[in-house]
Amino acid sequence: MTLEPADRVDSVPPSGIRRFFELAEEMDDIISLGVGEPDFSAPWAAREAAITSLERGQTSYTANKGKRELRTRISRFEDAVRDLSYDPDDQLLVTAGASEGLDLAFRALLNPGDKLAVAQPCYVSYVPGATFAGVDVVDVPTRVEDEFKLTREVLEASGAAEADALVYCYPNNPTGATMTGDELREVAAFCREHDLAVFADEIYADLTYEHDHTSIATLPGMAERTVVFNGFSKAFAMTGFRLGYAMGPEAAITAMNRVHQYTMLSAPTTAQHAAIEALDNCLDKVDEMTAQYDRRRNYVLSRFDEMGLDCFPAAGAFYAFPECPWDDADEFAEALLQSEKVAVVPGSAFGAGGDGHLRISYATGLNELKTAMNRIESFVS
Amino acid sequence: MSSRRDILDLLGENARYTTEDLAHMTDFSESEVEDIVAELEDAGVITGYQAVVNWNALGTDGERVRATVELNVALDRETNYGDIADRIAKFPEVTSLRLVSGDYDFDLTVEGDSMREVSHFISDKVAPIPEITQTVTHYVMESYKEQGMNFDDHDDDDRLSVSP
Repeated sequence: MTLEPADRVDSVPPSGIRRFFELAEEMDDIISLGVGEPDFSAPWAAREAAITSLERGQTSYTANKGKRELRTRISRFEDAVRDLSYDPDDQLLVTAGASEGLDLAFRALLNPGDKLAVAQPCYVSYVPGATFAGVDVVDVPTRVEDEFKLTREVLEASGAAEADALVYCYPNNPTGATMTGDELREVAAFCREHDLAVFADEIYADLTYEHDHTSIATLPGMAERTVVFNGFSKAFAMTGFRLGYAMGPEAAITAMNRVHQYTMLSAPTTAQHAAIEALDNCLDKVDEMTAQYDRRRNYVLSRFDEMGLDCFPAAGAFYAFPECPWDDADEFAEALLQSEKVAVVPGSAFGAGGDGHLRISYATGLNELKTAMNRIESFVS
Repeated sequence: MSSRRDILDLLGENARYTTEDLAHMTDFSESEVEDIVAELEDAGVITGYQAVVNWNALGTDGERVRATVELNVALDRETNYGDIADRIAKFPEVTSLRLVSGDYDFDLTVEGDSMREVSHFISDKVAPIPEITQTVTHYVMESYKEQGMNFDDHDDDDRLSVSP
């Protein structure tokens, strides 16, 4: 026996983002539009709650599902804001980031050999997560002509009807695409007709700029086949706290908790204290940050328009996804970094359908954003 | 939908945003931004644009002495707060003047090149005003934040330069 990687691990290539990270790390004074997290720090009240909990010596494990005070607040918040109704005792699990929740769902709710339809381009962990769970992936590439929304047409064309479950993220990383309630109805109907479970990653749900977020679990006949994932990382700018949650039917949450209790035991305790404070007293900070992102979004989209770069009006998260002016987006991103010291990530790093595009994160201060846009403009012309 | 308030918020954040920048960040066109700013200036809502200066960062060359002064006044039938404020506000040494609630009436900020200059100004120009009954002067020893700008904020971005 040697310590060689297992086959299913060996079969997963390193993240396409890694190469750009290494290139960027070697250079000084770059402006990075390649960051997938807020540039704000967590709200001070949440940080202070974390400090206070430490001073009080609250450093033990919590219940597997998370502190009840936190689950109750999450349940009330999701009900008030998104009309989602989940029992904090049986239908809600606090996880170490939404990422852990998705991993739990893949392992606890799918069998090896099952098929998972993955709407792409998407966050980099879905496909590897499925592979680690022994699950077969069905690529569902969304299209620029649909503004990267999931449609019945792309689901049918990709063979998703044969899949056991569908995973997607809207508002989307990397495209910034959002879906309205009406658009989701079409997806919901497809999933009911073909009996697919749905894993809805709603981590960016609070960051929408054109219309309110609709959760697919609120549509008729969907709550019983959907697990919703969310967390504190994006809206509350609490990425490093590593705190998320999953909501779904009792049987699904119980199964996910069975894996969670043996692997994670409980989500970070200090982070749970911060999250309670975030929900109690930091919602105004979320509004302030959202207003800032919206200004930056307007700025970036206007500049792309003036430069003649095609970019659909991304309406959520903090990403824009313009078409790359060169045929090879990887080559463009590398040249832009070398010559203008601006880091962006080529869309191909996010799976099928992302090719030929660039992910531009506007989670960066306006002054830097302006400089970066000037540099991109001079590079493109 | 953008509003005049958005323009004010943005200029409050950075008065050097150009008309073009403001148009890019809002739903307004450049000419609409120009009109709104002109209206706000004409109406006296925007009264000026100034740099926020950390004089200490300039070293000894830039040293400025600043004091906040608590003023108590006695009003009579002919004199109200506004009359007294008019007399004090006209001095260029006075950089801010506010009527406040609490133990004293006015809170003013005075700036000068030396402690001597500031002291003389208060004793020669402010204290002799007949309605003023008491002055308490506090010299500023260190400034950490002015007009929302944190002077010690190096704004280190400790995020990974590229992340998923």
